[in-house]
Amino acid sequence: MTIGITGFGAYLPRLRLNRKEVVEANAWFAPQLQRKGKGQRSMSNWDEDAVTLAVAACRNALPESVDRNGIARLQLVSDSLPFAERLNAGVVAGALRLPQAVYANDLCGAQSAAVSAISQLVNAARAAEASILVAASNRRTRAASPAELDYGDGSAAVTLGSDKVLAEVLSTSVLTADFVDRFRLQGEDIDYYWEERWVRDEGIGKLGTRAVSQALDNAGLAPASIDHFIFPTVFKGADAQLAQKCGIAEAAVVDNFAAQVGDTGSAHALLMLNAVLERAQAGQTILVCQFGSGVSCALLRVTEQIDGFKPVKTLAEQLAAGWEENNYTRYLAYKGQLKLERGMRGEQDKKTALSTSWRHHDSLLGFVAGRCTESGNVHFPPSRISYTPGKPAQDTQEPYPLADRKGRILSWSAEYLSSYMAPPHQYGQVDFEGGGRLLMEFTDVRPGDIESGGEVEMVFRIKDVDELRGYKRYFWKAKPTTYPAPGRIERG
Amino acid sequence: MAQGIKDKVAILGMGCSRFGERWDASPEDLMVEAYNEAMQDAGITRVQLDATWFSTHMEDVGTGRGGIPMSIALRLPNIGVTRVENFCAGGSEAVRAAVYAVASGACDIALALGVEKLKDTGYGGLPVATVGTYIPQWYPAAVAPANFAQLAAAYRVKHGIDKATLKEAISQVSVKSHANGAKNSRAHLRKEITIEQCLKAPTIAEPLGLFDCCGVSDGAAAVIVSRPEIARELGKTDLVSFKALQVAVSNGWEMSSNEWDGSYFHTARIASRKAYEEAGISKPREEISMTEVHDCFSVTEMVTMEDLGLSDEGNAWRDVLEGKFNADGAIPCQIDGGLKCFGHPVGASGIRMLYEMYLQLQGRAGERQLGNVRSGLIHNLGGQPNQNICSVSIVGRLGE
Repeated sequence: MTIGITGFGAYLPRLRLNRKEVVEANAWFAPQLQRKGKGQRSMSNWDEDAVTLAVAACRNALPESVDRNGIARLQLVSDSLPFAERLNAGVVAGALRLPQAVYANDLCGAQSAAVSAISQLVNAARAAEASILVAASNRRTRAASPAELDYGDGSAAVTLGSDKVLAEVLSTSVLTADFVDRFRLQGEDIDYYWEERWVRDEGIGKLGTRAVSQALDNAGLAPASIDHFIFPTVFKGADAQLAQKCGIAEAAVVDNFAAQVGDTGSAHALLMLNAVLERAQAGQTILVCQFGSGVSCALLRVTEQIDGFKPVKTLAEQLAAGWEENNYTRYLAYKGQLKLERGMRGEQDKKTALSTSWRHHDSLLGFVAGRCTESGNVHFPPSRISYTPGKPAQDTQEPYPLADRKGRILSWSAEYLSSYMAPPHQYGQVDFEGGGRLLMEFTDVRPGDIESGGEVEMVFRIKDVDELRGYKRYFWKAKPTTYPAPGRIERG
Repeated sequence: MAQGIKDKVAILGMGCSRFGERWDASPEDLMVEAYNEAMQDAGITRVQLDATWFSTHMEDVGTGRGGIPMSIALRLPNIGVTRVENFCAGGSEAVRAAVYAVASGACDIALALGVEKLKDTGYGGLPVATVGTYIPQWYPAAVAPANFAQLAAAYRVKHGIDKATLKEAISQVSVKSHANGAKNSRAHLRKEITIEQCLKAPTIAEPLGLFDCCGVSDGAAAVIVSRPEIARELGKTDLVSFKALQVAVSNGWEMSSNEWDGSYFHTARIASRKAYEEAGISKPREEISMTEVHDCFSVTEMVTMEDLGLSDEGNAWRDVLEGKFNADGAIPCQIDGGLKCFGHPVGASGIRMLYEMYLQLQGRAGERQLGNVRSGLIHNLGGQPNQNICSVSIVGRLGE
């Protein structure tokens, strides 16, 4: 039985913070960071967190051809999970409408957790259990820190199993060590890290070489046979140094997107793996490693099936579709480092009735409408009596998912009145392909991006944050499928 | 069809407070102001009241819930006070209840009073209303200007009108209302404005600017109704009576199905058709002398003219620009300034519209009195274009 990766997908938020704006704003305080003021880092929109990022990556990894009912396990790996209590993976499972019998788990604590999870999921695949592994990162950083410039936000997923394997898992290895290069106590939101040289020489240099050798030995492969070597690190050149120490060719070292994305923490190995799988050829070997409380490795060989799979949205197209963000204060505000005056309208209580949420959980998380079996009319939210004029049929609606359907904008407005983190607040009525209509919030939009008749797709996002009680509720929003060309945006 | 309400109930008296930023007045003070005028106008004492209906929308910033606040403020003689809440159409709903009560014979004299104290929120615009526990989990936290602004987006597409032309037309709606409001001593906003000012004003919700939005005001209005024979017994002549009282409420069709195009009010078309039928009106453009419509936003008033059958579909913007609804036009609209300038104390607005009709029909409107007013239409809307309560009432001289 061949076991390995059966699908993959990644997600990058559209916003890309211009590092030059950051270092210039902080130059009075941290002039030493000026040399880092090149390129961009990805940043989440205000309504994105590790959970929504994970959902987006999973959706890209699960084309329509994949039967989600066949997924037995969901592992969510993150260094920045929103909930300490409440299964974050449970939210993801609900949004994806995975079967309730899915084993869903949150994994955190080490940056290497996603790669070490591969070994567990290989074992599950041996027991005929297909799985999805997703890693997402949306870390907070302190203003004027190197981390603010080095990190990026993003997510990546792979599905594992034994059917149509695109990349066979040849071996895995792990080295668990309490090597504390970074830490963050429960309740703290920003990590603390130790000196680069020590981490590079004592950690990556010594532990890394041992773990890599072990993975190669387990598979009986020589280092020179590695075609793609994935080793995320924010230390410039540390990946190439490790490759050299291990005898891996310099040309095999995979670009870590430092220039355009930054380091997406616990998601980064899978993100780089996505980039490789998008261009890999059958027969190539891939060594994926990630450092963190030790080192985890997985050695893969690409199969002939690779040409038969394409993520719903590729990483390459998402890399190209970024919007440069030149407002550093927007970044600070979205990362909770700058408290903006929200005005009296921002004082509205966003308390969530949890009993109501559960009663309607499939509609709210899974975005499921009700379709009347007699008239075909689609209702959101589902209701006992249908609206059909003259024919108010009762108890005739069946579940009808909307998340993967496209919509068209019937009417819209952009307002500057309400307290909203990305003004103007834009929303309007969306008509769904196949029926159904909702007033929806538009996200990832600038003034001028919305027009009547425009096509939209659905994305899972944070709807409201209850700051008083510390709760987030999620729902679906509409995002344009295409944007006006730069310079053609009509303002106001 | 049922018998209808035509000429079964007449107005005994009315009152309306000054609207505006009434920093000086509590909701109780506003109620007393409208009540005193109405009682004096009717020439009755409180013991003659059989029952009352009380309209207020925002209990959390106003009077509190229930009927007790009005009973206490007016020291009513332990009679029924029923609170009516139907968004911005609550005032008309209180009137409908009082009218039906006296028409049935269960009461001889009834009072409907609406009040709203909106300026105790600490900010401009309407307070954010609560909408239960489920809706906030999926429906956008939408504000009124953006809900109504969408009419403009849909209307432009449907009728192929460019942004600039539509903006000019809706600006003219506001220019007209300001010209009218300037002549009304009880109005909130009493300054004339120009089209240029409208076009240059800050955007609130695309394409609506500051002058496309009505005033958010404090105020109260009251009406006392009875059957015509009782009114005559009380010495009243020159009676104004109800010809039609219709309400249509959305059932979710507009917001859920793909059939409604977003450019008009489904309910207004239903309510006005029924109202004309109830009043025996077959040619509204000739038989309606004037209108008070719910101009919460300029674009609402414009599209409503089509829904009421006073403009051809797709042509209201042209009628507006040509001055059809100006004070000297064919069918004057908002001669008192409308919501735009008289102001919009939510629970009182429907009764304020009736107040102007009553004055005009009795020839008591002073500087803004129109000539030859025979019948008037009141359109009072609650909610938003995709889900709303639409009340259409017609009043005129008794027996005409």
